[in-house]
This record gives sequence, structure tokens and C-alpha cells, in this order.
Amino acid sequence: MSVVFESRFSFTSERRKGERRRQSRASASTAIVPREERQTVGAAAVENPRIRCMDVNVYYGSKQAIKNVSLDIGSHEIVAMIGPSGCGKSTFLRCLNRMNDTIDNCRVTGDIFLDGQNINEQSIDVVPLRAKVGMVFQKPNPFPKSIYENIAFGPRIHGLAQDKTDLDEIVATSLQSAGLWNEVKDQLDQPGTSLSGGQQQRLCIARAIAVNPEVILMDEPCSALDPIATAVIENLMIELCAEYSIVIVTHSMQQAARVSHRTAYFHLGDLIEVGATEHVFMRPMHQLTEDYITGRFG
Amino acid sequence: MQIFALLCILAVMAIASFYLGRQRALAVSGGNIPALNSLPGYYGYYMAFWCALPALCIVVFWLFFESSIVTKIVVSGLPDAAAALPKPQLDLVLNEIVNLAQKNTAAEQASPEIAAAAQHYSRIKTISGMTLFVLTITLGIGGAVFARSRIHVHQRARNKVEGTILVFLIVCSTIAIFTTLGIVLSVLFEAIRFFQMVPVTDFLLGLEWSPQTAIRPDQVGSSGAFGAVPLFSGTMLVSVIAMTVAVPVGLMTAIYLSEYASPSVRARSKPLLEILAGIPTVVYGFFAALTVAPLIRGWGESLGLSVSSESALAAGIVMGIMIIPFVSSLSDDAINAVPQSLRDGAYALGATQSETIKKVIIPAALPGIVGGILLAVSRAIGETMIVVMAAGLAANLTANPLESVTTVTVQIVTLLVGDQEFDSPKTLAAFALGMVLFAVTLALNVIALYIVRKYRERYE
Amino acid sequence: MNKPSGGKRVTADRVNAGLARRRAAEKRFRSVGLLSLLVGLAFLCILFFSIVSKGYTAFQQTFIQLDIHFDEQFFGTETEHALEALLSADYGGLIRKSLRAQFPDISNRQQLRQLYDLVSSGAVYQLRDRILADPGLANQRLKIWVPASDDADMLIKGHIKREVPETARRLSDAQIAWLDALEAEGRVSLKFNTAFFTNGDSREPELAGIRGALMGSILTLSVTLVLSFPIGVATAVYLEEFAVKNKWSDLIEVNINNLAAVPSIVFGLLGLAVFINIMNFPRSVPLVGGLVLTLMTLPTIIIASRAALRSVPPSIREAALGVGASKMQTVFFHVLPLALPGMLTGTIIGMAQALGETAPLLMIGMVAFIVDIPTGIFEPATVLPVQIFLWADSPERAFIERTSAAIMVLLGFLIAMNALAVMLRKKLERRW
Repeated sequence: MSVVFESRFSFTSERRKGERRRQSRASASTAIVPREERQTVGAAAVENPRIRCMDVNVYYGSKQAIKNVSLDIGSHEIVAMIGPSGCGKSTFLRCLNRMNDTIDNCRVTGDIFLDGQNINEQSIDVVPLRAKVGMVFQKPNPFPKSIYENIAFGPRIHGLAQDKTDLDEIVATSLQSAGLWNEVKDQLDQPGTSLSGGQQQRLCIARAIAVNPEVILMDEPCSALDPIATAVIENLMIELCAEYSIVIVTHSMQQAARVSHRTAYFHLGDLIEVGATEHVFMRPMHQLTEDYITGRFG
Repeated sequence: MQIFALLCILAVMAIASFYLGRQRALAVSGGNIPALNSLPGYYGYYMAFWCALPALCIVVFWLFFESSIVTKIVVSGLPDAAAALPKPQLDLVLNEIVNLAQKNTAAEQASPEIAAAAQHYSRIKTISGMTLFVLTITLGIGGAVFARSRIHVHQRARNKVEGTILVFLIVCSTIAIFTTLGIVLSVLFEAIRFFQMVPVTDFLLGLEWSPQTAIRPDQVGSSGAFGAVPLFSGTMLVSVIAMTVAVPVGLMTAIYLSEYASPSVRARSKPLLEILAGIPTVVYGFFAALTVAPLIRGWGESLGLSVSSESALAAGIVMGIMIIPFVSSLSDDAINAVPQSLRDGAYALGATQSETIKKVIIPAALPGIVGGILLAVSRAIGETMIVVMAAGLAANLTANPLESVTTVTVQIVTLLVGDQEFDSPKTLAAFALGMVLFAVTLALNVIALYIVRKYRERYE
Repeated sequence: MNKPSGGKRVTADRVNAGLARRRAAEKRFRSVGLLSLLVGLAFLCILFFSIVSKGYTAFQQTFIQLDIHFDEQFFGTETEHALEALLSADYGGLIRKSLRAQFPDISNRQQLRQLYDLVSSGAVYQLRDRILADPGLANQRLKIWVPASDDADMLIKGHIKREVPETARRLSDAQIAWLDALEAEGRVSLKFNTAFFTNGDSREPELAGIRGALMGSILTLSVTLVLSFPIGVATAVYLEEFAVKNKWSDLIEVNINNLAAVPSIVFGLLGLAVFINIMNFPRSVPLVGGLVLTLMTLPTIIIASRAALRSVPPSIREAALGVGASKMQTVFFHVLPLALPGMLTGTIIGMAQALGETAPLLMIGMVAFIVDIPTGIFEPATVLPVQIFLWADSPERAFIERTSAAIMVLLGFLIAMNALAVMLRKKLERRW
């Protein structure tokens, strides 16, 4: 864990200061890579990576959605992926647990190593992979079952619990980790869909945690939530990164700045710039990154 | 044929009125079309409507009521002794009269009273035909003349024409309500008459069904028992067999097609399955009686079982085959309505496809599937031809699928096919059975449609 | 975090431990699904195979060649009575004579009767029609092919097995021997069965045809089409374009949805009680059949037409209303033409349903035995599916193949109608 961006712990005042500083720095920076250049700038590799992606390409039919992306995800770090709509950041995220397999005409090439194993090989069983790499989606998607059954789903199918008390414990600890226990402990038999949007999203996080994964992928987890619920989830992410690596796709640059250690900027399928969050936001090295974070497009 | 000619004349008159009306409108406008309130064509339609619609109403009225009115008049003209006959005999006499009047039977064989009545009948028929003809033509011309006199520059012909069309649309849309009303009233009235002869409790709880009533009071072996329980149990037995075939096959097919099959397999096999749904039931009946029943009998006998030649099993299996596409397409709809996000959620947790289907998709789609199955049950209960041809007539109270059973629909058909008198309990029993059938299927349909609608709302 | 640090390894081990079992379950489930699909398709194949294999022989009919001598003394010579004489002549005698000439050594009365039974009783009409068409044939000797009786036909087609003991089969050994003798002389032949398409119903299988039922179906469907299409479209237009959403329109809608699922036999009860019992319409006529089927198919047409209207984008209506068209003009000149293909598709599918419907028509007496071919909607008639039902009930072996053949004709019509609907939809459907 290399850099901790200061504003992660005190959002409001620091953020304004940060924005001001960002603007002045960005215009002042000197050796900036021109717009036409599509080589990734910054440090894509880290030491001791949890996931190492090398030359990943994704095609939908004949259309290429991701072009030669190489990126490492470190242990216990939060990596944010930002970029304009349609830049491929969600597509890339879905490569990390092979969720693209569910899309019919989608083809992924390149190597993605998790624990020294290339998970992009056809022979790899996606079931244990997805048990290791959990995912939380844009829209909360609790199953139409009770809260308890939602959490118990993963441990049940994977056979993680030895008996009923074991399962009860997993459910309780997962809900505690997701910060939902106190709110729902008396209504575990209520349907998961009866919760509020923010609670549903935390339920989904708890559902992912219950399988005890190594990496959690989050695909714009807060875009359907109000600001208060968003703040709760962001705090939760910061707590969770002590235990898990987290990759988050977000539309909100502020969110990326608040929670992530490293930030990757995607543009039309290219990984343009990656680096420590404060560097990317303060001193972007690529013209496109600068244009994006200063709001010229996006 | 007369009516047909009359309608043709009326159509010609209406077309003529259209042109006359348009001409009249052009004339009153003095060639200045914009001065007219509506386009000239609307004045044409206005006149054509006035010409055709009142006359058409008379024709329809005549068509529906002529024969009963003529019959009344003929009956009143009969000698008192004949007019006082009970209805069945009276109907026979009337039949004779009509046949004679239409020269289907030779006049020499008829009694003088009948011959006189037949003449009376033909006379009234002729008068009635003439009256209708004159009345229709007069109304047509009168309507057209009246409409023509009302055409002037400021007349709002378009509004009138559109108003008339709207009334036509509304009348058409009420036909659905009148159909339901007609069904309810017709079965209800006849059923009430039946229950005046046979107590409701005997009908609903009685264990013996033998509707053959004595024609002569001294006949033997024709008690006329109307206990419908064997029919209900037979219907249930056949339906249960049908559903045990249709539900697993239909549901698994839907699952396979919507979750596993490649788009090309899906695109090819779905229409093929739909063919099963489009085959007429009489074809299934033939298939059940001539192919499946002997087959089951052969198997049964090779296993040392006694199988009757018309078994509930044959009818049930074939009915199940018929219902497979019904179950599968409704289940398919329900499964496809489950949002992709739920599948993604399960896959992201590492669930295999079958685990996702069994533990997430099916529970989520269950209301829709149950609704579809209820509709399928209602269809199985109301299915007629397969059981008529393959299930048999003997009202056995049994749960053995190898025996012959009879169903509600089979009995309705047997009781009503052929000549029947409308006040014997035998005929009326069919309507009582029809009422039960209608009530049960209606209830199933209402519940099923409600469940399906609620379910759709959930994911919209 | 209250998870042990070694937890992840334990988790991974447990997940891996269950993998084989879960993969097997996955495979099982998938094959059960595939199996179900195949079972459904297999049923379809078996059904078609069983019908076609039973029925294809009915398109051919066994004929026997006879030497017929239309001798003069038989018909008389006076020209003024010629026609009458031709009509009432004993053609059966001619046939019997010819058969006796063919097998001169048979004298036993019972055996002679068996011999005569080889030729269809309809052969006399064939001779009569032949000579009526060409009176010049009188006093000539002709070789004429006449239809064989149904039992002879069944033997030639192999449906009556020679191996079966004589007592258990409908043809005696002697009859079979005669047929073989005729065949050896080239006097037995299978020819295309035109009678099947040109005759009405008959008690004799070799004379029974589907023309009457086909005409009945056409007449009945014409009534249905003429009534249900305008009424269905009008209802759909009203509900979709004009009706205000209130209790009344809800009631209509619920009614239509329920009617679509009411068993067809109930419509038969309605037709019997209302059209025949109250309105005194004649029984067995296509008019009443058409009325009942109209009520039955209306929901299908209404539901399809409403869907077609709904698929026309509101922008079309707004554009028309925007240039000052009235609501009625908008609907009739702009929306309706665009929705028409969908409505027609729904109507064809409704008509296909009506064509295959049997049960309600049994209720209103269209199940009578009718030999004459109907020509109008007020004449007694039967329809194709009911004809199938009647033949399926007949005990003669030869009716089985004719029933199957009639089913093939019916299915042919249904497939053609559905194909038409699919084509119409493909060709005219517009994607918005």
C-alpha cells in the first residue's frame, strides 16, 4: 500500500481544497503526453500483485472494446477505474471474474493471473474463481428471498458451512462486516427486496463477503444511491480493504479520489494513465486524463 | 337466399346514396367546397348511413325473431287439441308442418289438419317475406330522402358520421360482455331447471351417474341417477395425468430453451413445439384412440395388467403432449421476465448455471410459472375431443389410470349430441355440468391471470 | 475483521472439494433439459409419423377392371324413353354378369354373393354416369375400371393380412383367391383416389370423400371471418384508441381475457341455448357454426389487433392530429393501415383455430351424417374436424386410413394458414 490520499478520511473541506489545487497543478504541469498517444503512462505494475493483467483485449463480435490493457491489482488496496461512458472500464472489470462469459458474442484474449494462475484460460473453472473474486453490481440485486437466505446462498452452494450454527455465524459476521447487522438482525426472515436501496447494496456486499473472497469487484456500486447511503458504502469500502483487494468502477471522480489508493483512467478501450490516486488527480501525465479530470469531457 | 338478395339491394342503395349525398353537398355549396362544414364525402357517408342502418336493423331483427313469431302464429292456428300438446310432441308436429310446407315430404301422406297448417305456414312465410322486403326498401329510401333534405352548408356531417362510427365501435366492444353474459345466463337458467328436478346435493355429492332416463315409465334398468362425483374424479384423474406429463417436460424445455440453448436451436425448436399447440384436438383424439391406447394396452398386458381399451392413461398422456407447448411458452415468458441482474448476482457468487436456475431463477419466476400451470390445468379440464375419443363413457369412480373413466366434457357431449328434448333432466344435466365446468375454469383463469399480472408488475 | 487469516485457504479448499459433485449435477440438469426438449419434439414426430403412415394409402384406391357389355335389350330401344331407361337400368346386373363371366365355375349362391362383394356398391353409379355422359356407348363392350369394395382395397394395400386365419379376417380364402386371379390378369390396380376429394360422406369407405366437409368448413369459416374480423378490429380500435380507462373498459378487458380461456365446449352450450333454442335457427347449418366460432375467435383477434395497434408509435398519431385531423381520421387513415398486417396475422391464426375446432360444433348438431355437398349457409353441413371425428368412430378398417388422410388434409390447411401468417408478419412487419 503505497500512497494514502489524505482526503479519504475528511471529505468535505479537503475536497474543495483538492479541486482548487488540482486545477492549478494541471495547467502548470509541463511534460504532458499528447492526446494522440495511447500508450499507458504511469505505473501499471505493482510489487506482489494480487491480480496481474497482461495485454487484455475484449471483443464484442468484431468490435474491440478493450485494447491491450495491462494492469496490476495489489493486495489490500482499492483501485478505482474512471473514464467517460463506454470507455470499457466495466468490461475490463468483468474480465477479472470472467463475468463476460455470460455475454454471448464476447471474446477475451490476454493473460490474467490470480495467485499465479492464468484465469483467462478456457480450462479454468469459473466457479472457484468467482468464489475468490466476488462482485457487486451497479443496481442492488438481492435475490427475491429472505435476508438470511440471500447471505446464505453463497456458503450453501459452495458448501462452506459445516452445520446450521456455522452458517448462522457466517451470516452474522458477513452482515457485521457490511455494517448491516444492527439494522437487520431482528428481521432476517424479511425479504431482501424490502430493504432500502443503500441497505440492499450493503446486503449485496455482505452476500459477496460471505463467500470469503480475496478480491471484490464493484461496478459503480453507488450510482443508484443517495449521497448518505453513498457515504456509508464508501466508508465500508475503506474498512473492507484491510481484508480484501477492491476494484471499483466509478463515474464519480470525487468518489475515486475519496476512496481509492490507485486510479486507472480508461479512454475508448485504452488504459491511458494509471498511478497513485493523488498523482493522477494532481499531476496527470496524459493530456486526455487532464482533459477528463478538469471536466472538458466525460 | 331472399335475405341475401335483400342485402345486396340495400348495399346498392347505400352506394347510390353516397354519391347522391356527395352530389347534393357539392350542389348546396355552389361549387365552393371550402364553404362546406365537412368534406363532400362525409355528406355522402351521412346519407348512406341513413339509408342503410335503419333498414339493416329491421333485417337483423327479422332474422332473429321471424321464425319464433311465425311458429307462434301457426300454433295458434292449429286445432285446440294440437295446440295443447306438450312441447316435445308439438315440436314434432311443427317439424312435420315445416317439412310439408317446404315440400320435403309428400302431401298425400299428411293429415288434412297438417296440410292446412302447412298452407297456413307457407302463407305467413310469404307475407312475412313481402313485409320485410317492402319495409326494408321503404326505410332505406325514406332514410336517404330524409338525410338528403338535411344536407346544407352548415351541417356538421363529419361529426355525425364519426359519432355513428364511434357508436358502432362501442357496440362491437360490448359483444365480449354479452358473450359472457350469454354463457352465464344460458347455463344458469337450464341448470336451475335441472336442479328443480334433481337436488343440488344429489348432483354434487352423488356417487352414481347413469343419465339414461326411462322413455316409457314401465321401462326397466333406467333409473336416471345424476351423481356427478365420478365425472369430477374422472376429470381430475385425466387432468392429473396430463399435468404430470406436461409440467416436467414443458418446464424443463422452457428452462433449456431460455437458459442453455443457443439462439439458433431456440429459433428452430420453438416454432416446432408451437406446432404441437396448433394441432386440432380431434387429431390428438384420433392419435390417442388409435395409436397410444393400443400401445399402452399392449405394454400393460405384457406386464400382466388388465388395461381397458379406453384408458384414462392414454387420454391423459396425449392431453399432456398437447399441453406441453402451452406450459413451456408460459414458463418461458416467466423465466425471461426474471431480470438478468439476478442471474449476474448468482454467477458472481460462483453459482453454476443449474444452481442459478434452481435456486434463483425458478423461485423468482415461480408465480408466473404457477399462473401458467393453472391456465394449463383449466385447459386440461375443459378439453373435450381427446377424452371423448379416448377416455370412454363408463362413469367409474376409480383412481386407477388403466381403467376407463369419463369426464364432465365427455358427458356434456354425449348428453347433447343427437336429438334432445329440452326439458328432460338428461339434457338439462349437460347444462348443469357446463355450469360447473364454466365456474371452475373461470375461477382458475381469474386466479392465474391475477397471479401472472402481479408477477409482471414485480419486475417492471 | 473477525475472520482467521487462514480462512481464505480453508474456503478455497472447501470450494474445490465440492467442485466435481457440482459439475456432475450441472451436467445432469442440462441433459434433463435437453431430454425434455427432445421428448417434446419426438412426440411431434411420432404424431406426424403415425398419421402419415396410416393415411398415405388413402390417396390411392383399388380398382377392378370389368368387361361390361351395355347390351341393347337391357336398355330398350325406344328413343323417347331413353333417358328414363338409362336412369333406371339395372347396372348392378351388368356388373354381376361381368363377374360371373370372369369366374364361370362359381355357381354356389353364397359364393356368388361373396364374389359380388369384391366390387364397391358405388360402381353402379359410375356405370350410369358413364353412359349418361355418352349414350352412344349402348350396345358396346367396354373394359371399365370400377372401385373395389373396402375389404378388397384393404387386402391389396396390405392392411388385411393373408396370414390371419380365415375366421378372423373379413375376406374369405375364396375371395382372396379370386382377387389374386384378377390381379394375375392385370385387372386389379391402384389408382389415384379422386373420389376422396370429390365425394361427400358415405357409409361405404371406398365412396366416402371430404368434399362435403371441406365445403362446410369453408362456408362456416366464411361466416366467422365476415363477422369476427370487423367486430374484432372495431373492438380493438375502440379499446386501444377511444376508450377512457375506467371501470367499463376494465370490465370489457377482463371479459375478453377470460373468454380467451373459456373451454370451447362452453361456447357450444351457448350456441345451443341461444341460437338454436331461443332464436330457433335451424340445426347443423354453417350459419350457426360460424356464429359460435365467431364468439370463440373474437378474443384471439381482439388481443392480436390491440397488440398491433399498440406497436404503432404515438408519434404517428401526434403527427396526424398535429395537422388538424380528427381523432377518427387519424385512426382510420393513419394508424389502422399501419396496424393492419398485425391484425391480419392475428385473424389468420384465429381462423386456423376455428378451422380445427370440433367440440362446440358437436353441440349445435353439425355432427349429422350428411351426404349432399352443402352450397349455402342455411343448408345442413358438417366440417372437416367433425368429419374426422365421425370417421374415427366408424368400425370399418378402411375408415382408419381415410380418417388419417382427412387429418393430413386438415393439417395441410392449418400449416398453410400459419405459414401465411408468418410470411405476412415477416413481410409487412415494420420495426419502429
